[in-house]
Formats: sequence, structure tokens, C-alpha cells
Amino acid sequence: MDNLIIGGREFKSRLFMGTGKFRSNEEMRRAIESSGTEMVTVAMKRIDIMNEEDDMLQHILNPDIQLLPNTSGVRNAEEAILAAQLAREAFETDFLKLEIHPDPRHLLPDPIETLKATEELAKLGFILLPYVQADPVLCKRLEEAGAATVMPLGAPIGTNKGLTTRDMIQIIIEQSNVPVVVDAGIGAPSHAAEAMELGADAVLVNTAIAVAQNPEKMAIAFAKAVEAGREGYLAGLGAKRFSADASSPLTSFLD
Amino acid sequence: MFSEELKKYNWESISQAINEKTSADVEQALSKRRLNIDDFMALVSPAAAPYLEEMARRSRDLTRMRFGKTMSMYIPMYITNSCTNACVYCGFNRHNRFERVILNPEQIEEECKAIKQLAPFDNLLIVTGENPYAAGVPYIEKALKVAGKYFNNLTIEVMPLSEEGYSKLVEAGLYGVVCFQETYNRENYKKYHPSGQKSDFEWRVNGFDRMGAAGVHKIGMGVLIGLEEWRTDVTMMAIHLEYLRKKYWKTRYSVNFPRMRPSEGGFQPNVVMSDRELAQLMFAFRLFDPDVDISISTRETPSFRNNIASLGATSMSAGSKTEPGGYKTYPQALEQFSVSDGRTPLEVAEALRKAGIEPVWKDWFNNPITS
Repeated sequence: MDNLIIGGREFKSRLFMGTGKFRSNEEMRRAIESSGTEMVTVAMKRIDIMNEEDDMLQHILNPDIQLLPNTSGVRNAEEAILAAQLAREAFETDFLKLEIHPDPRHLLPDPIETLKATEELAKLGFILLPYVQADPVLCKRLEEAGAATVMPLGAPIGTNKGLTTRDMIQIIIEQSNVPVVVDAGIGAPSHAAEAMELGADAVLVNTAIAVAQNPEKMAIAFAKAVEAGREGYLAGLGAKRFSADASSPLTSFLD
Repeated sequence: MFSEELKKYNWESISQAINEKTSADVEQALSKRRLNIDDFMALVSPAAAPYLEEMARRSRDLTRMRFGKTMSMYIPMYITNSCTNACVYCGFNRHNRFERVILNPEQIEEECKAIKQLAPFDNLLIVTGENPYAAGVPYIEKALKVAGKYFNNLTIEVMPLSEEGYSKLVEAGLYGVVCFQETYNRENYKKYHPSGQKSDFEWRVNGFDRMGAAGVHKIGMGVLIGLEEWRTDVTMMAIHLEYLRKKYWKTRYSVNFPRMRPSEGGFQPNVVMSDRELAQLMFAFRLFDPDVDISISTRETPSFRNNIASLGATSMSAGSKTEPGGYKTYPQALEQFSVSDGRTPLEVAEALRKAGIEPVWKDWFNNPITS
């Protein structure tokens, strides 16, 4: 089986989903279900953790789905560490999507604060999925600091522009010892397929599904694209090996 | 400080430039991905009126992309109408004779509880008049501490404060500050604000720099539509917004367009803005700045609010009482302005859902560092 393993948990689906921007919680729930996703992010700040009946949370909770609380809204490592502890307590999980964006406009992640927070939170036993720029060096540093995955962005969040950082993502994938999840900017199923063909381990999609005319259908389209891209990647590796074997040896003159 | 920057712009020449915009300028603006201030002027100009439908479509698409199909819900809580200013258009004018109210902490708590009974509000806008002696920073700080027990997201709409004042309140759990410049027309500003601290144009217009420097999370801006030529005023505000964005890049921004309507007695607006013009203005701001929060209050009618909700507005008040103690303590006190949308918050939420928009009550947690 070609399952993805993060923090000791196995994931059959390589499509992760975000939960913002939907026209209703009901529509969000249907999109989650039809996507087959097993990992769903939820913004700490959106949930009323004092209220067990919180409507949004009720529509997400599902034993087959790993809840991935995110720290959206924090501006530095110190705030992120506090938010992480609150999230762990509220959702009873060590999984955490670490996102620190001091810039509220493009929500671009702060690399310095993210590295600092990763170092601290890894010591506290969190399973960290940090959202970062497509910066290969930063991704290696995060891996060394104890991140469970790295989540480089394809394009600025919410822009639906696809893999504008393609070259850097390719390097990150080549170098990484932890799963690489392409996050942000994926605006169409074809973008998701492209990321998977490059060898990404998973993709995270939100806006493209939430603001589609028919989010439920779009979720299905993304699920198929992610699978197709993954299979293309696996098949591609085989084909490359095959063509290399078949061509006549270049070094026969040395025999 | 912005007062220096503002000196580069001349009111008359901006007015003239706007009026000289042609349909070609509008079309050029609509063909661009990133608009500059000239494009903005074209979109708020009379020449853009025939392009309203196309502007609406683009505004809706951008709003969906950046904010999704959601509406952030908030409610104002007036805690005092005591005021040392004499703004000619305002019910709280110190020359108006009525009994002034300054809610005490127990009363503020009662108001909070009463609001919580209305709907699951989590974004609270605390409003005061300008009385730095009886209702200054220490009083506001106390109010924030009380309200913080009930609401995660606290915004104030009070007189401009010093940078230290803002910093102190941020430490006490403050998230946002709303302050309306009212008008950017420096010369005529004094006519409307003849006395009190508010008569000082520079102090007010530089207040936004002080908020930014103090690390306020969100800054709300606004001009009062009805004082000066609105097209020029909102262009000045767009310039101000651009300036703030570059300087205080960690801050979020919102814009408000409170408009005065002709009424019986009292101050009559110098300019009257139609619904079409208000819509045009909101679309122009969305196209100019896809990320800015556009807020619309209960000054506007239910039908306008229902329709604009999916086209560009991103935050909305509901169930508002515009007098101190209006939710519980003094349900009959004098209002600052009268509301046009008297629906309950749950009725507003229901109408939004029917329009395919999810009302979002909570989108913040008050950081333990600050509380």
C-alpha cells in the first residue's frame, strides 16, 4: 500500500483540506466527505473551545479524520507556542499546523519565527506541520529542528495561481527526509496533480474547493487529481528506470 | 506622520482629476490586476457609473476569493455619550442638553451579558464619546477587562489616543481601533469640529500612525459621507490606507462609509450619496484593495445590506443600539444616530444564510499573553 505516514498515523488520502470560506458548515461537511480526506485543518481562532456544541466543530468531527488545528492569527513564535498548547488541550491532539504570519494581507509565513517555534514545540512533543515559503534551506532546517513534515506554499494563499514556486518545490522534494505537503495557491485540480507528479507527498486545498460553484463536486475532482498525480509520479519512476535499462550502454567501450 | 504626506496632495486638483476621468480611464482600470490610485479615482468618478454591473461582478469574485462566502459579525456597545466636542452633525455634541451617561463596570458587565443573549457575538465594538477626563484610557482599560470575559475580539471606537495609550490598551487585550477621520478636507474640517480635542485635524489624522506604532492588530478607517465631496474624500482615504499598509505592515485594515441622510431638524448633509453611489464606492475599494475589510453598519437598510453582503462587504453589525446602556441599563437613552436595519441579529444571520453566506461570529482568540 502506498500510504502516507505522519506522526505515526497512516493516511490513505493525500488530499488535506482547509475549512474556511465555505457558504455554510453543512456544505463544508459534504465537501469533506466527498473528498475522502483524512486530514482537515481548523483555525483555533474560529472555534469556541469553551462550547462543546460549537457548530463548525460539530461539522468537522469524524473518527476517520485527523483534526489538524492551525495557529492562524499569531504573529510570532511566542504567541504560536501558547496557541499550540491551547490547541493541544482543546482538541486532544499533538498534530499542529504551525503558521505564523505577521503580514495579515498575504498571510506569508515568517521563516525566523517559524523555525524558533518549531525548535521549541518539537521539544514539547508536537507533531508539527509548519507552513513555510518554498525555501529549500529553511525546509532542511525545519526538518533538523524536528518538524514532521514541511508545507511549502505553491503561491500566495487564496490566489489560486498554482505552483508559481515550482522550481523550489522540486528541490525541496528532492532533498527532504520528511513528507512534503504543498500548501496554498492550489487553485485547480490540475495544479494538485502537477504537485503530486513532482513527487509531493500530499497537497492541502481550501479556497479552490470552498469558493467553487459546487464545492462537493470540486472536492471529488481534487481527490481524483491527487490520486492521478500520485500514480503518475509512481509510474513515472518506473518508466524512467525502464528507458534507462533499454538504451544501449554508453560505457561498453570500456569493457 | 501622515499629516506630512497629505501635504503633497491638493484637494482641488484631486477633485478636478476625478471629474475629468473618462470611460477610457474606467476601462483601463477594469482591465488591470493591480490598481493604482489613478485607477481608483476613475472607478469612483461619475464616468464609472455605467460600469456598475461589471464592477459588482469583479468585486464579488475578489471578495469570494479573499474572504470566502462568509460575513464577520460584530455588535457595538456604547458605554458613554459624555463628550467634550461640539461636532455640528453629532447627537453627542456637548451643547445638546440631555443627561450624560458613563456606564460603570457593573453596568458594562450587564450590557455584555445582555448582548450574549441576543446572538453568539464574539466581536465587540466598544464606543465612547470624547471625554479624556471622565472616560479616558484608564476607564477604557477597565471596560476592556470586563468585556474580555465575554468576548475574544475587542475593538474600540473612541477619541484618538497617544501611542502610549494605545499600547496600554493592547496590553489589556485590545485587538482593533476604529476611528473616522470624518473628512480629509483640512480647511473645512474645523467648520464641522469647532471645539474640543477633535478640532485638531493633525492630532486626529496622525492618530492612525500612533495606532500602527503601538501594534494595534486592526485599524478601521472612515469618512463621514455628507460633509464634503465624497469622491475626493474617499480618494484621500485610499491614499491614507496605502500609506499605512506600507508602514504598518502587520496590521489589518477596514474601511467604513457611514452616510448621513437628510432628516427633519438638525444638521443637513452637504452632499447626499445614493445607494448606487455607495455600491460603486464599495466595489471601487474592493478592486483597489482586495484584502481590505469593508464594514457595513445598521445605518443601511435591510435590503441594501442583504444584497451588498455577497458583493463586497465583509463585516456587518446587527441588533445595534447606539446609546449607552441600550441593551439593558438605559434602553431609552439618546441615540448617536438612528438605525435603518432594526432586525434582530438572528434575523440578519438567517437572511445571510439564505443568500449563501455563512455568518462568522468568532474568528479570534484573545491571546493569553495579553490577558
